Amino acid sequence: MVAFIVRRVIAAVLMLAVVSAATFAIFFLIPRALGQTPEGMASRYVGRDATPEAIQGAVKRLHLDDPLIVQYGRFAKGIVAGEDYSLGPRKAECPAPCFGYSFNNNQPVWPTLLDRLPATMSLAAGAAILWLIAGVSIGIVSALRRGTALDRAAMTVALAGVSLPIYFTGLVSLSVFAYTLGIFPGGGTYTSISENPIAWFQALVLPWITLAFLYAALYARLTRAGMLETMGEDYIRTARAKGLKESTVVTKHALRATLTPILTIFGLDVGLLLGGAVLTESTFSIPGVGKLVIDAIRGNDLPVVLGVTMFAAFFIVLANLIVDILYAVVDPRVRLS
Amino acid sequence: MTTAPGSSAPDSFLELRDLRIHFPTEDGVVKSVDGLSFKLDRGKTLGIVGESGSGKSVTSLGILGLHKGGRAKISGEIWLDGEELVGASVDHVRTLRGKKMAMIFQDPLSSMHPYYTVGAQIIEAYRIHHKVSKQVARKHAIDMLGRVGIPQPDKRVDSYPHEFSGGMRQRAMIAMALSCDPELLIADEPTTALDVTVQAQILDLMLDLQREFNSALIVITHDLGVVAELSDDILVMYGGRCVEYGSAEDIFYRPEHPYTWGLLGSMPRLDREPTERLMPIKGSPPSLINVPTGCAFNPRCAYEGRTGGKATTEVPQLAETEGGHLVRCHMPPAERRAIWENEIKPMLEST
Repeated sequence: MVAFIVRRVIAAVLMLAVVSAATFAIFFLIPRALGQTPEGMASRYVGRDATPEAIQGAVKRLHLDDPLIVQYGRFAKGIVAGEDYSLGPRKAECPAPCFGYSFNNNQPVWPTLLDRLPATMSLAAGAAILWLIAGVSIGIVSALRRGTALDRAAMTVALAGVSLPIYFTGLVSLSVFAYTLGIFPGGGTYTSISENPIAWFQALVLPWITLAFLYAALYARLTRAGMLETMGEDYIRTARAKGLKESTVVTKHALRATLTPILTIFGLDVGLLLGGAVLTESTFSIPGVGKLVIDAIRGNDLPVVLGVTMFAAFFIVLANLIVDILYAVVDPRVRLS
Repeated sequence: MTTAPGSSAPDSFLELRDLRIHFPTEDGVVKSVDGLSFKLDRGKTLGIVGESGSGKSVTSLGILGLHKGGRAKISGEIWLDGEELVGASVDHVRTLRGKKMAMIFQDPLSSMHPYYTVGAQIIEAYRIHHKVSKQVARKHAIDMLGRVGIPQPDKRVDSYPHEFSGGMRQRAMIAMALSCDPELLIADEPTTALDVTVQAQILDLMLDLQREFNSALIVITHDLGVVAELSDDILVMYGGRCVEYGSAEDIFYRPEHPYTWGLLGSMPRLDREPTERLMPIKGSPPSLINVPTGCAFNPRCAYEGRTGGKATTEVPQLAETEGGHLVRCHMPPAERRAIWENEIKPMLEST
């Protein structure tokens, strides 16, 4: 088991290295390959009407005229050990993990990201709890009551849930519950939990429900399908043949096998959301990582986009790692391979 | 659904009377079992033989009551040790399941839960019917694993099913089925998923254990070799019905149904000349929704022309031919015996 975990951690680190190389390639190698000069790259760092001297200064400061492999080495080193951009009298130290400075406000990217993380985490965690409980229980009940009116109603709602985009359900819920009925505050009212827990909660109720609705619908369908498949397994027949009560057959034998694959998907989904729930954050104007990256893309803020990309990839790799290890705990067959 | 008036508890340990298990589907009613009757005593073994879809497995699950509460329509009577089970409550049959009657399934890998250790699954089976501590049940599980011939049972009890070999897994499955000393044991294709070398070991083991426990044993298989090894009596099923029933000698030395001849002719044998061909049964098993009219076997029967046209119009009755040997065929007994002696037997026998 320890060897298994060590192997998985090493694989995860390697995965991140590959992701960093791919990210670097997208942002630096491909533009150069398409004919962009170091000066052209540098001009994005110094503003619209920069003098040739200023551009040359940026090329030197950012080492954009180095061979690309050296540039990647510096990029990777910046993430692991930090980077020192000081040249001459101007000092700019960027501690690890360094993704450079935002074009827009000249702030280092990493602290900006950390600033935005609590909002994204609040959104993802709350929604995840909601959708896991709702989706899985609806899926189980639907599978056990297969073909009944209850099953059909649940699956119709679930189909709507997976089909309707968040910017639709989000706007409708805002319009009805916030602006017409006034039960919840509208968009853009996010407050941090340390500042005002009650306001934090109130502002997040609608985003939670909106985001959870989509995922709960997905999970209900997955759970139902998994449960139906499991209930047809030979070992369920064996459990019944032993004389087990049907309730025990469901809870002890069927659920465990059904929930294991769900667990995998859940880990990956949460990992994905921690890298920014772009649509939900935009719809409700929550200052999270997803909102940050959307604003950065609109403003051509390359370092921020790059930072968020690596950041999101990190969460997905981390989620993968955790899921793999949990899976080995749950399913003894995994430990072998 | 309820016990027919006037019916009474039989002398036999297990008796099925006109058991019917039908599944309504959108395409029509699937008559998986359609009027099956037989008797079985303690210490005896009945082999049920037939192709896939002949109703063998549905019958065994039906005896265990595993179709109860589902979509299946069940009628007839199942008497187990003086108790009628078709009319009994779901909950009551459940308490008998695993204790009074137990089952061994075909594929021991898929029939055991992959996430629980073999020991945990035996302990669970034992503790459903015995209110004992986990430690006591664990001792019993180790004891059972030892009895079915698993080496180092005190270590293997904590292994997972996938860590066992196929034969060991089936032994573990048998240990699980026998953990509560069932009086009726049903083995559904117990050796089909196993290597040939292991098959004989498992069959031996089952015979030994049956003698030890004096239980009634039903072996369901499509492999006549398996039933030849184990059975006192053999029941040949076709299209949800019994087409021939008799002692093992009756079926192997004096078979009278063309379908049984076909099964015997489909059995590869080493003592046959390599130049001789198998005599497979043509066609495929009948649809259980649209069972052929008349004799269900008529579309595949080589002797259909010798029934005077009754094959396609009239359902043959299961009639006694001699000393408890029952055959469901329109041909007169003398003609059937003549065909067996003069046409089939010489072809099956080696030079």
